[in-house]
Amino acid sequence: MAERNRTRHTGRFTPYLFLAPYLLLFGTFVAAPIVFGVWISLHEWDYMLPNKPWAGLSNYTDLFDPDSLDFDDFWQSMRATGIFTVASVPFLVVIPLGIALLLHRRFPGRNLFRALYFAPYVLGVAVVGLLWRYLLDPDVGAVNFVAGLIGLPDHTAWVNSLPWAWIGLVAMTVWWTLGFNAVIYLAGLQDVPAELHEAASIDGAGVWHRFWHVTLPGLRPVMAFVVTITILASANMFGQSYLVTDGSPGKDTRTAIMYIAQEGLRGFKMGNAAAMGFVLALMLAVVSILNFRLMRYKE
Amino acid sequence: MRLSTFGPLSRRGLLGLVAGGSAAMALSACGGSGETADNSHGGTTYNGPKVDLDFWNGFTGGDGPVMLKLVKRFNSEHDNIKVKMTTYKWETYNEKVPAAVKSGKAPEVGIMHIDELATAAARGVILPLDDVADALHLAKKDFAAPVWDAGVYQKKRYGIPLDMHPLGMYYNKKVLDSAGLDADKPPSNADDYADALHALKKHKIKGMWMTPFPFTGSQTFQSLLWQFNGDILTSDNTRPDFAGDGGVKALTWMVDVVKDGYSPKNIGQDADAVAFQNDKTAFNWNGIWNINTFAGVKGLDWGVAPLPQIGDRKAAWSNSHNFVLLKQLSPDTNKQAASKVFVNWISRKSVEWAKSGQIPARTSVRESKAFAALKEQSILATQIKDLHFAPSLAGIGDVMPYIETAVNEAVLLKKKPSDALSDAAGKAAKVLKENREKYG
Repeated sequence: MAERNRTRHTGRFTPYLFLAPYLLLFGTFVAAPIVFGVWISLHEWDYMLPNKPWAGLSNYTDLFDPDSLDFDDFWQSMRATGIFTVASVPFLVVIPLGIALLLHRRFPGRNLFRALYFAPYVLGVAVVGLLWRYLLDPDVGAVNFVAGLIGLPDHTAWVNSLPWAWIGLVAMTVWWTLGFNAVIYLAGLQDVPAELHEAASIDGAGVWHRFWHVTLPGLRPVMAFVVTITILASANMFGQSYLVTDGSPGKDTRTAIMYIAQEGLRGFKMGNAAAMGFVLALMLAVVSILNFRLMRYKE
Repeated sequence: MRLSTFGPLSRRGLLGLVAGGSAAMALSACGGSGETADNSHGGTTYNGPKVDLDFWNGFTGGDGPVMLKLVKRFNSEHDNIKVKMTTYKWETYNEKVPAAVKSGKAPEVGIMHIDELATAAARGVILPLDDVADALHLAKKDFAAPVWDAGVYQKKRYGIPLDMHPLGMYYNKKVLDSAGLDADKPPSNADDYADALHALKKHKIKGMWMTPFPFTGSQTFQSLLWQFNGDILTSDNTRPDFAGDGGVKALTWMVDVVKDGYSPKNIGQDADAVAFQNDKTAFNWNGIWNINTFAGVKGLDWGVAPLPQIGDRKAAWSNSHNFVLLKQLSPDTNKQAASKVFVNWISRKSVEWAKSGQIPARTSVRESKAFAALKEQSILATQIKDLHFAPSLAGIGDVMPYIETAVNEAVLLKKKPSDALSDAAGKAAKVLKENREKYG
């Protein structure tokens, strides 16, 4: 009964009032656009044309009809997104963890290194894209030049042959964004209680054992977060392909977002683009739920 | 009231009502305020109250400062018109402008590429300009014919051409010299071109770096397509034609340049131009806009020539910047009159603009001594009668990516030219059909 009294004392709507500002923002900038997006996806929609014919579910069914214009291109772009995600996420989860572990130790110049690893992340994708386009250029690029100097093949077509284009895109993305994940890990590491490490040491656990049985379990919630946002970020990859490979060879590196942007913003087929966006979003939602289930912190 | 519902007769009729023949009056008649005093005289002067005009464009390169200088000069010569220029990246610009029109925040004057006019017209982003052209006494003879004709969509004019920027052939004199070729006489036909590439190859120089990317791979393809008597679409704009005989010949020629070892394989974006600047290759088919880039490279000894005739006739790809008037939710007569004065003024000053790496669309400017003094621009201007522009069809931009993919796949030796082109044509046919339903 005491519980209920207190609730009454603060008023039934108090929590909602506190939530209201955020709810307002969420409603205006997330919920409403999503609802509007569904509405768009049910039409042949070009916002400049007075006539926006009702299309029912055809924008969706077209995506699953092998004879439709979009079928090949859409699933090819989804495949490209899938390849990039599968190839980049392991590196973006593991390498920043290693770097965070190193940067967590005390050594002179630690802050400088922390800043250095984070630095590329502050660059915009246009800068990074142009930089790597020239670094990776098969004929005039620095990467092949250096490879040649140390006796490796010096004519790898990094931007327009497979699998090299993917390797290049993953490498540049890892270089560009690892700092962000490293910072999150670093914060997580500071939350792992020092007493646990101490107790484990006293029990005779070595470095490896302590990492495996103390650090990693301590990082579990952080890890779940990092894996999830990294998957989402990789699945939304656009700028790297757009600027460095332009989807080449053929359209093998054209990602889903790149194709959706082309359909919606260049071809003004917003209905199609919205439907594709929802299919992609739905798949990502499923992946994210699975991911959180798998990594759920077990008491 | 929608402007496009005006027939030519009623527009003429309206024009006649307004003293001085101000076309802007006719435009604004839709807004219901056409009876105000005429403040412009044949589009050359404006005597009305002070107005502010917004002018948007995508001149982010070396062309931006040149245009800004012209705008400033215009402002200083016109006390009652103040033009504010805003520059976006072209891609951003093309997305922003329709949104601005929709929300009533559109600038009065904009620039569009000629291949975007039809789509923008069909989507109601820009206004027909026949009356503006009439009022300014502009006619075909004042402009280069191909660019003047390319600004018409469904029998209405939508753009006043400012310039043309075609593809040309840049040649590196130092490299030609080193292979024992005459650096002052670049090849102009297929045989001479093949001989030059062969001679360069003997000297271990890959003479022409064939890029698989849109800049300038698909522009090269389009030039050759027209040279081999092909076209992008059939003449009624209903079906793709690029996969026909001309297209296959054009793309095969490009692929053979790679196969015969005159070009490295798998070239990266812009690597062809970089190689040219570093004396690694002899020929670079590139846009006129590169004149100032190459001129700025120290020690580079180069020249430019019209594209050689590889196919059955001369032809070169070109695009063009056009002045457009954006649709306003509440049209303002004075602003429209002032816009016209602005467009006319800049168009006459386009020799300044030519210095940024352009050919003026206006004949009087092109035939002036000042333009003749621009050596490279003048050489490329000799191609004018052979220039081709994209078909004036709403949604043509949806077709081009398929051509770009086909060129990419073929030049990277992933698909046979005929297969790459027919795959692309299959999709393009579907897109054309969809767009016919969409735009009517």
